[in-house]
Amino acid sequence: MSDHEYVPKSKFGKWFNDRLPLLSLASHLTDYPTPKNLNYWWTFGGILTFCLITQIVTGLTLAMHYIAHADLAFESVEHIMRDVNYGWLIRYIHANGASMFFLAVYIHIFRSLFYGSYKSPREIIWIIGIIIYLLMMAAAFMGYVLPWGQMSFWGATVITNLFSAIPLVGEGIVNWLWGGYSVDNPTLTRFFTLHYLIPFLILGLVVLHIWALHIPGNNNPVGIDVKKPSKDTVPFHPYIVIKDAFALLMFTIVFAFFVFYSPNILGHADNYIEANPMVTPAHIVPEWYLLPFYAILRSVPDKLMGVVAMLSAILILAALPWLDTSKIRSAVFRPLYKQFYWILLVDVLVLGYVGAMPAEGLYLLIARVATAYYFIHFLIILPVLGFKERTIPLPLSITEPVLGGFPMASTVKKKESLN
Amino acid sequence: MKHNFKITYLIIFLLAGTLQVNAAEKINLLKTDWTFKGLFGKFDRGSLQRGYQVYTEVCSSCHSMKYVSYRNLFEPGGPEFTENQAKAIAASFEITDGPNSDGEMFVRPAKLSDKFVMPFANVKAAQAANGGAYPPDMSVLAKARSGGVDYIYSVLLGYEDPPSGVTLEDGVYYNKYMYGNNIKMSEPLADGLVEYSDGTAASKEQMAKDVTTFLMWAAEPHLESRHKMGFKAILYLIILTILVYFSMKKIWSRIESEV
Repeated sequence: MSDHEYVPKSKFGKWFNDRLPLLSLASHLTDYPTPKNLNYWWTFGGILTFCLITQIVTGLTLAMHYIAHADLAFESVEHIMRDVNYGWLIRYIHANGASMFFLAVYIHIFRSLFYGSYKSPREIIWIIGIIIYLLMMAAAFMGYVLPWGQMSFWGATVITNLFSAIPLVGEGIVNWLWGGYSVDNPTLTRFFTLHYLIPFLILGLVVLHIWALHIPGNNNPVGIDVKKPSKDTVPFHPYIVIKDAFALLMFTIVFAFFVFYSPNILGHADNYIEANPMVTPAHIVPEWYLLPFYAILRSVPDKLMGVVAMLSAILILAALPWLDTSKIRSAVFRPLYKQFYWILLVDVLVLGYVGAMPAEGLYLLIARVATAYYFIHFLIILPVLGFKERTIPLPLSITEPVLGGFPMASTVKKKESLN
Repeated sequence: MKHNFKITYLIIFLLAGTLQVNAAEKINLLKTDWTFKGLFGKFDRGSLQRGYQVYTEVCSSCHSMKYVSYRNLFEPGGPEFTENQAKAIAASFEITDGPNSDGEMFVRPAKLSDKFVMPFANVKAAQAANGGAYPPDMSVLAKARSGGVDYIYSVLLGYEDPPSGVTLEDGVYYNKYMYGNNIKMSEPLADGLVEYSDGTAASKEQMAKDVTTFLMWAAEPHLESRHKMGFKAILYLIILTILVYFSMKKIWSRIESEV
């Protein structure tokens, strides 16, 4: 927060601002002191906001033409693709937008993991982020069901059936979710309703996420606290705004390539076959962004334990601020953590890869090893590393590495003095 | 040190990627030069019109195309028949309409606004007439098979005598490229099966290519405008990105920091 109180110049402005401090808010947002050493990995927050707004706007437009009915949904999507003016464009932006959203959120999460952005005092920002991520997965899954293709139908069947693993009440819960005894029209209509609702919940949480961020301010690549405002910070506008705009434009170029030149490459061909409860597709696979968790689910032989493992894999992230015992935020000063970070990234990519393959033979073995490693990373390596690792001394201010490259020995703080 | 690590992982990924590609392409599909691929890809009008002829004379006796309308035949980016040609094509089909003011259903010639007339009244009727197998609707077929147009082209040309040791049930045929190699559709194409009005020799390969092109258009009728708009949109974005980049450099030059 900036330390000076904003006072509107005009009389009306002051009158209004005393009653609803919108102008103070605007002033806070433009002046918001931001560490000036943020790299491009920090631009994905803005990119994600863009993705959310894009999904909401295109989604609203699609909802004007889409019909949530088991007999008409597939046809209405074809109607959008063929007869609605630029319907193909809106739908392809929305469908690929989901993938772009997840691409950006994964970069955002892994940036946080690398620079320790989840650590004190930013735990609440991180946990809100995890809730947003969970809601994104729910929204994406339900959105994928709406075209009522084969993968929609069978994906919905597989995922909702997971709840049947719950002892005693499982079957009842599944029937309650379906609104019947199989995935059918009632399932579709409620999925549509929830798919419409969730983005607005996400929007609300994004406001909280940013609000919580604006209390301590941004972390930065060096991971030390910066005094705000100071020579280490720049006002959000115009410095960060223009940088975010540049990064966002680069991102939209990639986005546009998918939309205009390979709009279906991230989807599954089977979803252009209308849902048929009598025919099961050869391989039921979720969208690419859910594959690592799908691999974890399938790597456990017991259904209930598989579901528990999959949920734990996500929820364990919420405990990350306490599992990581190191006080040093940035991996730049944690030589061992840095290596384990890259191994974790590879591990997750391997999980994604085997998640797309049939769960048998070598693939299943790899999935099991990778699943085990995923939990070992969070439950054993991270807690132990905080105590064992010899970290590189931190610089006194971020200006130093920004200007001079490596920190000078004369100005470094010892790790012990931080504790 | 840092770079060594990154390079190692990069190599692992490239290898993993190659493995995946190998696994996916156990059977190499037949390839042909599609004009609609690439940044400036457009449909070959002649091929689309010939493809329509193959569809109508060969495929449409079993395969419906229920999301395509007769008016699409003269709209830009498609086969681009003239409006009168499209009207004549539509009028050559009969459609059941109604009820009229007397409450009766009646048969009339199809109009431009009608969807393609279906060969069977419903899925069950189609199955009954085809030995239990439903000939899939062809509206989005080119997007509904992995391998897309290459797969369809390959299946059309992939009929063979079954290898020794493979026995086929009655009404089942052997196809090199079909998933599972068994197909309930008899070989649909033969040299000279249709007579192209533009004089093109109707070889099996030519017909397979033409009809597959037509199917791609049917599945993606706005493909040409998508490609055209994509080029403009991306060019615009690149120019804007460059301008914003220099603005950013200028703004950040006010302070001692790199951006």
